[in-house]
Parts: sequence; structure tokens; C-alpha cells
Amino acid sequence: MLFSININGERRRVDVDDDTPLLWVLRDVLGMTGTKFGCGAALCGACTVHIDGVATRSCVTPIDSVGTSQVTTIETIGETPAGARIQKAWLEREVVQCGYCQSGQIMSATALLSQNPNPSDADIDDAMSGNICRCGTYPRIRAAIKLAAQSGRQGG
Amino acid sequence: MSDVLSRSGESGPSLSRRSFLAVSSAAGSGLLLGLTLPAGRAEAASAGSFAPNAFVRIGSDGTVVLTMPYVEMGQGTYTAIPMLIAEELEIGLNDIRLEHAPPNEKLYVNPLLGVQATGNSNAVRGAWKPLREAGAAARIMLVGAAAKRWGVDPATCRAENGRVLHDASQRRLTYAELALEAASLPVPASIPLKPASAFKLIGTPAKRLDTAGKVNGTAVYGIDARPPGLKFATLAQCPVFGGRLKHVDDTAAKAVSGVRQIVRLDDAVAVVADHMGAAKKGLAALVIEWDDGPNAALSTQAIADDLGNATLKPGTVAQLIGEPDKAMAQAATRIDAIYEVPFLAHATMEPMNCTVHLRQDACDIWIGSQAVARVQAMAAKAAGLPVEKVAVHNHLIGGGFGRRLEADGAVRAVEIAKQVDGPVKVVWTREEDIQHDMYRPYWLDRISAGFDDKGRPVAWINRFAGPSVIARWLPPAFQNGLDPDSTEAAIDLPYDLPNFRVEFVRREPPGIPTAFWRSVGPSHNVFVTESFTDEMAAAVKQDAVAFRRSLLGKSPRARAVLDLAAEKAGWGAALPERHGRGVALQHAFASDLAVVAEVEVAVDGTVRVRRVVCAIDCGTVVNPDTVEAQLQGGVIFGATAALYGEVTIRQGRVEQTNFDSYQIMRMNEAPAVEVHIVKNTEPPGGIGETGTSAIVPAIANAIFAATGTRLRKMPVQANLLKAAR
Repeated sequence: MLFSININGERRRVDVDDDTPLLWVLRDVLGMTGTKFGCGAALCGACTVHIDGVATRSCVTPIDSVGTSQVTTIETIGETPAGARIQKAWLEREVVQCGYCQSGQIMSATALLSQNPNPSDADIDDAMSGNICRCGTYPRIRAAIKLAAQSGRQGG
Repeated sequence: MSDVLSRSGESGPSLSRRSFLAVSSAAGSGLLLGLTLPAGRAEAASAGSFAPNAFVRIGSDGTVVLTMPYVEMGQGTYTAIPMLIAEELEIGLNDIRLEHAPPNEKLYVNPLLGVQATGNSNAVRGAWKPLREAGAAARIMLVGAAAKRWGVDPATCRAENGRVLHDASQRRLTYAELALEAASLPVPASIPLKPASAFKLIGTPAKRLDTAGKVNGTAVYGIDARPPGLKFATLAQCPVFGGRLKHVDDTAAKAVSGVRQIVRLDDAVAVVADHMGAAKKGLAALVIEWDDGPNAALSTQAIADDLGNATLKPGTVAQLIGEPDKAMAQAATRIDAIYEVPFLAHATMEPMNCTVHLRQDACDIWIGSQAVARVQAMAAKAAGLPVEKVAVHNHLIGGGFGRRLEADGAVRAVEIAKQVDGPVKVVWTREEDIQHDMYRPYWLDRISAGFDDKGRPVAWINRFAGPSVIARWLPPAFQNGLDPDSTEAAIDLPYDLPNFRVEFVRREPPGIPTAFWRSVGPSHNVFVTESFTDEMAAAVKQDAVAFRRSLLGKSPRARAVLDLAAEKAGWGAALPERHGRGVALQHAFASDLAVVAEVEVAVDGTVRVRRVVCAIDCGTVVNPDTVEAQLQGGVIFGATAALYGEVTIRQGRVEQTNFDSYQIMRMNEAPAVEVHIVKNTEPPGGIGETGTSAIVPAIANAIFAATGTRLRKMPVQANLLKAAR
């Protein structure tokens, strides 16, 4: 089936089955490999994208459910104020190790910060516990989210 | 020159070269992480450049390219190794380019393993001298070229920040200006290295060089390879190891839109499609009948029973001190225990994958591998091609932990590619990744200690059974029935134990492939020895830290980290009910590490690790921020194993499938991890795996402190902790 979806502000046309997960449309059909495959079952968060600003697991999101929604991926999340702050904090706190899960972590963290500019530890747990990091960067992810929140409060 | 961010040689149907570059420059780093150049282009690129060795290339355009003989899988090698080179080459870390080394066992051998591989936490140890020498040799030649041009004594020149300076005449030349002349000079025979007191970079918390692309989606892992004309495949392998494919009905799969081809192998089926979505849908539509083969009845319990029986007979003596049998017979009291650790999967976040383009006379492979030369050799064999006809393009690695020291995935992908016209990317589903891993072995220990009438330990006898990964992976290192990995940290304990014997009984489990895992041997041995040391302290009614301390007369570095960890953790301070502290002390990977874990055991037996304090002596520290990060990560990796990690076998099948049944610690469960570094100028020790092994007994010992229940089998079983106290 032919679908026309809005990804990172551009109309993209793809011809796939209606139940094809958005993840594979992004990665394989459109070649946008920043969004990662981890589990295929919404258990790890590596494939997280934003659909109308909401953190969503693209591996279980059928293409026919996207409709006219705006899909945002790691490739352009830095163009949003929260995304830019999160990416900067990630670099400043040296969060990254292997990095494979970090696209998803950053998408989840950006969604959190967009909706809650001053998250508590419990808020961070709630928003981030769907994202697995096998390298164990959690302590630094927590620190980076707090730094990004702080820089937001300072208008940075 | 290569430019990975342009994804040269790949078809990116949606993201243009321009958009990738725009994204990459937005990240604000000067670093471009280069892909391994195809052979022809590498030669072209090296024309007009100065390449005194296999690691350093300086172009007359000023480009500095460093080729990384060790891979980056998160452990910070692509920062630590450039620091070693840059320290002696006198360049900054900005504006350098990194390249993955191609397979070449001669040029890029790991001197501590004897093969081209990254593992055993020894990249910095292996690189410490040769990579500083590589930088120094280049600098000496550049200085020589400048001195020659100026007609002055090289000793009157100095190098600084990518330039050679002659202070007396206030002349200076950049490395770019000197590159071609330097290339004509002989490589120096003698390469003096800086004393530690002169280090500018080594010892500083330099920023990682691989982060920019990892936060904006442009970093390229093996799974992201996209050669032109690529097809996508996923596979089902016989759920019982050693079984065969009996029959497959692919009628429904072939009808799936986007499915191109069904590939049948002896023990697997693959679906090739236009994208992974179609491949997965096709795979689900296959009706497969397996012949389960000889291992159809295998169970974890049968393997454990076999290991238990194996420890009833003597094994190969790995270390003998004094007269342990006699001392044990004369001991006033003794304790005996059996310890067990389970099979574990690696569960790297990047699932197993390999992209292959096999032609009649050549083969290209895109992969993220800890051992590219092994991939090349095994893929060549599978393809029926000479080794030199197989090009391996290595990538950033989305988690290694030993899984990617193996080439089984590349072999499998080549088998599939043999039946596919054009390049094919084979991606394991998470379920296939977990159910067809090569597992951290199951090990079983029978261990005893004897005490004299004053409660001093007089005898230690440990006999353990399990496989030897080394015997398969690196046969020359398996000698006289022993391998250095299986016994690491079971022998050469830091403690004064006058009568001591450790025996290894090699038993290979049927039908379960085993492999290295983060911390491998020590991940088993440190759990056993440090849990048992804790039992010994309890048996003689001594404090766990004081007891250990009394045995560390010969190990001042171990004593120092133990004291530091105890002090920082507030050892001995009161804790609430069902909270406890546990300590573990480890000498492994040439580093000394003490860990104190603080746990809370809920009424229902659930264990929460609240706080972890680490004190590490890993000799000279190259990058203290990496040391901290690796201990944080290593501890969480080990805590995951302690609390949840277990692969079990029923009817020959791995029972776990995905992250619901193979649980990984998450943000809401992760402890705070403090790291304290003992600074000195001893040679560097390993760091990447240290926390993983040390945290497991620290948690088990903390649970004992909290509940009085001693856990001798991992992972933690909450039901054993419910009724305690």
C-alpha cells in the first residue's frame, strides 16, 4: 500500500504493507538508520521516535496508524529546544558508551523535558525505565537530564 | 579520504550526503570517524601522506588519521588509544580522524592475546608501549625533517601541538608542511618515551571522541551498513542446538509483499526481503518442522548434575601452595560449600547482524566485530574463497561483551549470502539473538576451607568444573589442561593462604555453545572466592572487612583499595532492618578493586541495590572519566546478572526469548555508583570488566548481611529471601 507520512517536516511516500512497523520504514525503506532496532516488542526503547511529540516505540507502530501525525526522529530532534539541550547535556556529562541505545534514550528524555521542564528523580524513573542501556549509563543519563533541565531554567 | 558521515559507497535513499553532513556539523565536533577504507582507496589516500607505521598517517593537507587496532564497543578505546598516540606525537585530540583497522593479524595484533582482537580488558595494557612508540616515532621523524630543512640539530627543536619549533631562531613548521619530507626519513631504531611526569594528556579526563555521532543518530554500526542494492534477511535457526531443518512450508511467506526469497540451510531458514518488516512477517508465516537431533532432552539440571559429578574426581591442578590436604585434615574446624553460576546471554543492544556481498571471486563483509581477522578467516572458509579475497569493513559496535569475539554470525550470513544475488543484511531478531547466543558457561565449584583453633584459615581447596572457552577460541593458550581465563581470580588470590589448591575439571556441555562474556572467568571465580571468603569470616565470627584485611600482608595495593572502599562506604555504620552492606575484593585484569554494595531486601524477597562504592587501583590511569564510566557500567552489568541473569535449557531449548524473560536492569533499579581511584604510576591495569565480576559477590554478601541467608547460586532467588529472619 502507498503511504504518505510526515517525517521530520518532510512528506515521504512509501509503498509497504499496512502493518509494517514504522521502524523498518525509517531504517530500511528510507535509510534513516539513527533509529535503532533492539527488541521488536516495545521492551527496550531503542527505536523510540516522537509522534506528535509523544515518545513512541516505532517497532510496534504500524505504518497505517501514523496518518497525518508528525514523526520526529533522532536525526532532527536537535532542532527542538529540548532536544538540543538534551544532546548538549549528553555530551557534557559524557553519557555515551557503546551508544546504540542512546538515540532512544535521547528521544525519551527529550519528550520528558518537553512536557516536564523540571523532572524529579521519580519522573525520570517513570519516563526512562522503558529504555534499556546494556552499558549501564543510567547514572549519567539521570545527571544529564538534570543538567538539561537546569540549563532550560537558565534559558540556556 | 574516507568520511563515514557521508556514508560513502552506500545508498542512503532518504538522507542525502548534504543532510548527513549538516547533522554531523551541528554536533560541533571536528572529529570525523572514518570507516575502514576499501583497499584501493586506502592506497590512494596514503599517497602524499606520511605514514611511518600502521597507526599514524599525516597528510600534506594537515589531516591526521589514526588507525585503531582495538575496537570501540563503548569502553572508550577510541579515546584512550588516541590519547596514547597524541601524547607522544604532540597533537591535540581535536581535528584528528579515526579509522577502524582492517583485518591484519601482523599489523594489528593484540600483543597480550597473540591475535587481532579486543577483549580481556587489555587494550590499554596492550597498547601502552607500542602505541606511544607509534606516536613518538612519527614525532621524531617530523622533528628530523624540520631540523634537516633548517640545517640545525634535531635536539634543538621541539614538537608542540602539531608543529615543530626551533626556539633559538623562532622558526616553526606545521606537521602538514613536514609530512612529505618526514616520509623520506628512516623510522628511528630507538624510541625514547616520556616519563609520567611529562604527560599532558594521559591522566586527564579527555572528552570521548566518539560521542557526537552517537547523540545525533549519525554514528554507523554494523547493523546500519547500506551497500547499494541491499536486501534484508532474518532467520530462524533450529531451536535445539545440533538439530536440523526437516521441512518448511513457505507458501504463505512467499505471498508476503516485499518477500523475495526463502533460503534453506541445514539447520536454519532465512527470509530475504525488501526490508526487515517484510522479512519478519515472512518468517512468521513459515511453517517449519525441525528435527531436534541428539540434544532434544537436554536440561539445565542435567548439565549441573554432570558438573557436580565431575567435581567428585580430581581435576588439573591450577595452583598448589603448601600441603592443603594435610592442613585440612589437621584443621580444628572446616566449612564446605557448593557454588554455581548459570549460563548467561550477552544481549548486546545491537542484535547480531552481518551484511555480506558475495561474488564468485570476492566477498565484502560489513560487521561490528571485536576480532575482524577471525571474521575474515572464518568467512573466507565458509565462502570457499582465499582470505585475501574477503574484505571486512568494521564498524562501531553496539555492545560487545565478548559476543563479537565470535564469527559464527558472519559464517551464518555468508551461508545465506551464497544463495542470494547481491548484498544481503542478515539481522537476528532479539529472540534469535538470545536463543542462539554462545553463552557464558555454567560453572560449579566444590570448595572447602579449614581453620586452626584460633580461627585462622589454614587450608583452602577449590575444585571447579566447566568448559574452557580458550581451548576452542585460542587453542595455543590452552596448555596442560588449563587455560588462563577459566582460572583467573580463582588462583593468585591476594590473600595469605598457606595451604591452597585449585583444580579445574574441564567439562564441555553437550549442545550448548559457550563463549567469553564480560569478565568471563572472573565473573564466576570472584563470585565463588569472595562469597566463600565472606562465609569464612562469618564462620570465625569476624567482620568481613577486618577478616580480609588480616590476610593481605603480601598485597598492599589490595589492602589500600579495601580500606578506601570501606571508609567511603561508611562500613560498620548502622543500617535499617533488612538492609545490608557486602564487600568484595578482587585482583583481576591486572587491577585491584574493592566494592561495597548496600542492598535492601523487601519482605517479599525482592532485592534492591541502593548504593555501590568502588575503590580501584588500575595503575596509571589514561582517562579517569573512562575509568569511572566503566566501573559504573560494569557494576550495573554485573548487578543485572546477579539479580536477573539466567539462561535455562528445557528440552534442549533456551527458554528465554526477549527482554521480558531475559531481564536487564533499568533506570528505576540502577544504584548510585561511586568510584574512587587510587593514583599511582604503576603500569596500567584493565578496567572494562572489573566491576562486573566484583559486584556479584558484594551483592550476595550484602544480602547475607541483611537477611542471614547465604546465596551460593546465582542469580538471586527472591523466594529464598522471603522468610528470612
